[in-house]
Amino acid sequence: MSSPTSTPGGRKRGRNTNPPTPSSEDPTSPPSQRRRGQDSSTGDLMPMPTSPATDMLSPAAPQDTSLFSSPRPSVQPNEVDMSSPLMYGTPMRGTPARQRPDLGSVRKAPQVDLHSEPPSTDGAVASEPNAGQRLVIWGTDVNVGTCKEKFQRFLQRFTDPNSTEDENAGLDLNEPLYMQKLEEISVVGDPVLNVNCRHVQSFDAELYRQLICYPQEVIPTFDMAVNELFFERFPDSILEYQIQVRPYNALKTRNMRSLNPEDIDQLITISGMVIRTSQLIPEMQEGFFQCQVCAYSTRVEVDRGRIAEPAVCRNCNNTHSLALVHNRSVFSDKQMIKVQESPEDMPAGQTPHTTVVYAHNDLVDKVQPGDRVNITGIYRAVPMRVNPRQNNVKSVYKTHIDAIHFRKTDEKRLHGLDEEAEQKLFTEDRVQTLKELAAKPDVYERLSSALAPSIYEHEDIKKGILLQLFGGTRKDFSQTGRGNFRAEVNILLCGDPGTSKSQLLQYVYNLVPRGQYTSGKGSSAVGLTAYVMKDPETRQLVLQTGALVLSDNGICCIDEFDKMSDNTRSVLHEVMEQQTLSIAKAGIICQLNARTAVLAAANPVESQWNPKKTTIENIQLPHTLLSRFDLIFLMLDPQDEAYDRRLAHHLVSLYYQSEEQMEEEFLDMAVLKDYIAYARTYISPRLSEEASQALIEAYVDMRKIGSGRGMVSAYPRQLESLIRLAEAHAKVRFSEKVESIDVEEAKRLHREALKQSATDPRTGFVDISILTTGMSATARKRKEEVAQALKKLIQAKGKTPAMKYQQLLDDLRGQSETAITKELFDEALRALADEDYLTVTGKTVRLLA
Amino acid sequence: MIHINITDLWLSNYVPILIYSTASQNNSNSGWETKAVEFFQDQLKERDTHTLVPSLNDVPLHYLKPNSLVKFRCLIQDMFDPEFYMGVYETVDPSTKTKMLRCGKYKDVTECGVDFNSRNTVTAERQTFYCVPIPGENPWVKEISSSCLTEARVVPSTSYAPSRQKRSYEEDDDMDTQPQKQREPHAGPHSPSEHHGNGDCKRQETEAPSSQTASASHLDLNFPLPGEKGPSCLVKVYEDWDRFKLNDTLEVYGILSVNLQFILSMETAEEQRVHSPPASLVPRLHMLHAKPLPHNNPLLPSAALEDNSAFLSSTLSEMASVREEILSYFTHVLLGDALAAEYLILHLISNVYSRRDVLPLGKFTLNLSGCPTVASYTERFYQIIQQLVPSSHYLAMSLQNMNQMRLVPKKDYVANRLVSGALQLARNTSLFLDETQLEQGQLDTTGVRNVTALGNLISWQKVDYDFNYHQMEFPCNINVLIASEGRSLLPSDCQIHLQPQVAPSHLEESLSSIHMHPQASSQLNKFRIYLSMARLLDYSISDEVTKSVEDDFVDMRKDDPQSISAEDLHRMLVVARLLSLSLGQTSLSRDSWLRAKHIEMLRRSRMEQHKCVNGNEP
Repeated sequence: MSSPTSTPGGRKRGRNTNPPTPSSEDPTSPPSQRRRGQDSSTGDLMPMPTSPATDMLSPAAPQDTSLFSSPRPSVQPNEVDMSSPLMYGTPMRGTPARQRPDLGSVRKAPQVDLHSEPPSTDGAVASEPNAGQRLVIWGTDVNVGTCKEKFQRFLQRFTDPNSTEDENAGLDLNEPLYMQKLEEISVVGDPVLNVNCRHVQSFDAELYRQLICYPQEVIPTFDMAVNELFFERFPDSILEYQIQVRPYNALKTRNMRSLNPEDIDQLITISGMVIRTSQLIPEMQEGFFQCQVCAYSTRVEVDRGRIAEPAVCRNCNNTHSLALVHNRSVFSDKQMIKVQESPEDMPAGQTPHTTVVYAHNDLVDKVQPGDRVNITGIYRAVPMRVNPRQNNVKSVYKTHIDAIHFRKTDEKRLHGLDEEAEQKLFTEDRVQTLKELAAKPDVYERLSSALAPSIYEHEDIKKGILLQLFGGTRKDFSQTGRGNFRAEVNILLCGDPGTSKSQLLQYVYNLVPRGQYTSGKGSSAVGLTAYVMKDPETRQLVLQTGALVLSDNGICCIDEFDKMSDNTRSVLHEVMEQQTLSIAKAGIICQLNARTAVLAAANPVESQWNPKKTTIENIQLPHTLLSRFDLIFLMLDPQDEAYDRRLAHHLVSLYYQSEEQMEEEFLDMAVLKDYIAYARTYISPRLSEEASQALIEAYVDMRKIGSGRGMVSAYPRQLESLIRLAEAHAKVRFSEKVESIDVEEAKRLHREALKQSATDPRTGFVDISILTTGMSATARKRKEEVAQALKKLIQAKGKTPAMKYQQLLDDLRGQSETAITKELFDEALRALADEDYLTVTGKTVRLLA
Repeated sequence: MIHINITDLWLSNYVPILIYSTASQNNSNSGWETKAVEFFQDQLKERDTHTLVPSLNDVPLHYLKPNSLVKFRCLIQDMFDPEFYMGVYETVDPSTKTKMLRCGKYKDVTECGVDFNSRNTVTAERQTFYCVPIPGENPWVKEISSSCLTEARVVPSTSYAPSRQKRSYEEDDDMDTQPQKQREPHAGPHSPSEHHGNGDCKRQETEAPSSQTASASHLDLNFPLPGEKGPSCLVKVYEDWDRFKLNDTLEVYGILSVNLQFILSMETAEEQRVHSPPASLVPRLHMLHAKPLPHNNPLLPSAALEDNSAFLSSTLSEMASVREEILSYFTHVLLGDALAAEYLILHLISNVYSRRDVLPLGKFTLNLSGCPTVASYTERFYQIIQQLVPSSHYLAMSLQNMNQMRLVPKKDYVANRLVSGALQLARNTSLFLDETQLEQGQLDTTGVRNVTALGNLISWQKVDYDFNYHQMEFPCNINVLIASEGRSLLPSDCQIHLQPQVAPSHLEESLSSIHMHPQASSQLNKFRIYLSMARLLDYSISDEVTKSVEDDFVDMRKDDPQSISAEDLHRMLVVARLLSLSLGQTSLSRDSWLRAKHIEMLRRSRMEQHKCVNGNEP
């Protein structure tokens, strides 16, 4: 680190003390830089070749420039030292500045007086009469003084009352935001100020433009400004280093694929996934030389990867007497990070792009492979040499990004704070289209028919899935001790094989951004939840998350639900109601969020649906799990002529209509995707008074239906389902309020699903207890009757302490007028055993008491 | 004769020169360069000029001149990151101080003395694709396409023997001729006057397609299928790279660049090896023009069928008769089972022609059960298919293969490349899965994953490439044929149980006769054209037929709702489509529909029968 003593004293930053800087007409200034000066006068963004214009002024010297980013053309170091306004290495009340290798060799840029040319930035500059204001940094249109002032003003005044960022939690949103952060720095002592570029943009567009175009020059200016301000405010605070400004969220570029030559040397933000990190690379910042003759020592800074070894000792005037002392030289940390495009950003049929990122100093080891990050940094390009001994270069540049700021986007998923990171940016036009669509009265029907158009009919099922895609409103009752309230709608499809259940699942999986698709047969409990793995490279234990965690905030599609082992299925209990996943394994105990909606498909046990049996009997799933599904649909072959005809027509047209024709009829999948994404992020409907009333009535009605026959046909879980469905339906309409039509539709859909799945095949009545207890009320009554009959039979036999099992069954069968199955008989026996009337051991039945 | 020679010369040597010079001299008026490229593209489209361009597939690399025009029939195996290069740069002559603008396009290395501070430097972007020869391309395709090429080139010089004979002679005494030939290509930059017809032709003729890859073995060239040979190539794309997709098959015309030394870069050794392999093994090709290949059958004109109405009408009229021949041939191959032969034809001409959201339409995976396990029947059967389709692959589903093979491509982040797997195949490749090879045993994790991948491929025609942190879905279009004893464990669109008409005692005998049955090459060619043609035809259903199909369906359901489900209708529509196409009819007729219904009925009744015999089918 550059120590205070190494910098010539008495030179304060400030334009007035600067010696006259070379004008842009200066013959020594290299053409590319002159170019920049002129360009800025026309207000254009600078054209491409500036960055790769590395120093070929001394072409004879072989060097590996590839390690160093966009060096400035060489200028005599001492001359620059005198003129540079950016020498912020000056001690600030004893606080040393830290070098910023992420910005490259910035302090070498001198200022240029623009007065010989018509200044373009007149609007900002000319208003202030100070002649010094005309000085700009060489090659840019940045005036240090103005820039600094503007930034200080920004820091002092900027407020963001609508901030939702979690970083700002606990700050008073109506006070200047960044002043509070400075205060925080003075308390915590972490000398880093993260600045949201969007804030800068909304405050001062011109400053923002300069920041984006000339980050290398503007960020040090910001550093200066912030330090001045900080030490003015908190003169007594002690920091390890001076504060560094780290801008983030530059809107220049979002997607790695759209990086192009124009972005070189500009501040960009891209999102991606870290795929590889290198070991730490020590990079020399300052060489320490000691004279072998007189032990005089001197320090030389690294300039574009080279150290100008002093040939003559300044003390004793011996030549070539200085030797480099490694352990007194200053090194900084550097790390190469490979980032890959996130899968969502990629066009179909192409492979993801990767970009090299260099992290410096404390940004080293901030990210791990697998992390999703937003990286803000400066995009660089350097030419590659074919051979260090040769002069001709490969005509290709190597590109990389010098990272200034990392922001992990998946971190929040662990904390579950908000979904800001997933917010997709919608253009105004798009929002407009979506809103127009939402305003249509039949939007619900439209969307549901756009869902999986290749699958015929099953309108209600599609509607159910549509509501699942939108989901309810998330509510937090953790204050009252209940924890989170599930907002996701779970759906189970069961039915005959070959009724395109899998196809529907595949479609949903392809539609939602965070969908997972597993098959019951192929997944284990571990694959669904999480497992601990030893990383082969680092030997660290890593928690690998399974399908359920991966589909947090998405939909987990589980095919062949019935074929899943009981063990595996049991993990679903927690996920489907509490929306969390607890892991206690290999010393790792944790609870992960799994706020996933489950869309499952199950085949009946007997391969064909048996209409004479209940849902439970048909799919043989534990009712505890079944009751966690909001909607259970049967997908059956309807078998009627009109349906067949429509189906045939649909299928045939599938095979001969051209792609375009089909598309006209249905909504584009992309529109549907955006619609859902928009509604999920921006709409969170609340129950209106009348809707609540309607819900209460609906619930009471549902309870009443059953009570007449001594059955219970609704439980609070059903009420919760109704609320969720109503909310989802309101979301479909883009409505912030749940109204009675939403409740109506929720009721209808719920009833439809119930009618299909909870109809007691013996009586034909809807009986919710089939789902909640696994047995219909009639069946329970029947069990009771058989037990009584059996008891009577045994009593009629008189005092026989033990009976043969088979004998008893045959007797009962002979006596009863209805058929008695073995299961029924067993159940009856069990019921009597529960009464302590008898006990069953093997094949004999013994009476007790 | 001489005319051809000149064209030939012009094409392979002059085009690059023309493009380089126009691009650099007229930088200010950059329209020139595009015009030159356009002119050249037009030239390629017209006439048969493209046959005059030497092909990397056939000609060994060391016989090709650097900076000459070559073509390459390939599959995009991987896409590397885009790179920035100096599109236009200025050089300074150290002695005279004169400056000159130069063009960096279509080149890998700049000239000496680049002025990095020139304001005229233009940085441009290009994309690199890693291309391999089409995986599973059958020997006959290679043979025919290379002979097409050499014929054109051999014609001018009568003093040389026809290429085939010459080649076999070559192979015999390789030792003598090789050193003498190798001198030439290394002779440094050529001036146009050096390339006279004879020298060129000689180089052409002395090609030996198989002699080149021995040296490549130590470097993993990342071919999808094991045991593949041929050059792979780094193709630099200058325009519209977005229109290319992974696994596209292309014919690339471009300027060959091999004079590259090693390049310093800061990536790891593995990455270095993959991204800049020695140019002598993996040449660079700077793309001027790329032609997407709808098929790789050299017997068919490569242009779209509509443009070639003469060819279309002549083959269409023959189709029905060829179908008869091929049917009888297949019947013979399938031990006298005509119905299975019928289905085999349908399978071989099937093609995913469209996708409805997730549903691929037109796929027709055939499960041929009841294959005899004696006398390596399945292998012989595959050899016959191999003779008929342009690309195919035989995958023995042995336990060992399933547990060890890499089927799904996987991203290697250390080397930063997509490590290929056997399922990275070009469209319309025939994948022959031999389930008779499967024995009892345990599948391990890889095995289960491989079987799942095969299942996904069959049901959804997609392969989920493994990107370590996530999976990515790539649609594909692969004809899967499963040969098994009982019903296959993999899903299939259609299962047919083979009913040999040969007595078991004669089985051995008749099996061996299949292989002995030599097919005249003209006959074979007819079959090859037929199978490729049928796949490329358009198809439609008239409203009238739609109506009757609907009626039929409703009637069938009325009689017995269990007898036909939506899935069956799906299959019947595909069968009807393929049946019509196999007859050369481009729209569904009532007859074809009835015939489709008929053979479906036969097949189903056979399955019932088989069920009764076996009693263990669900």
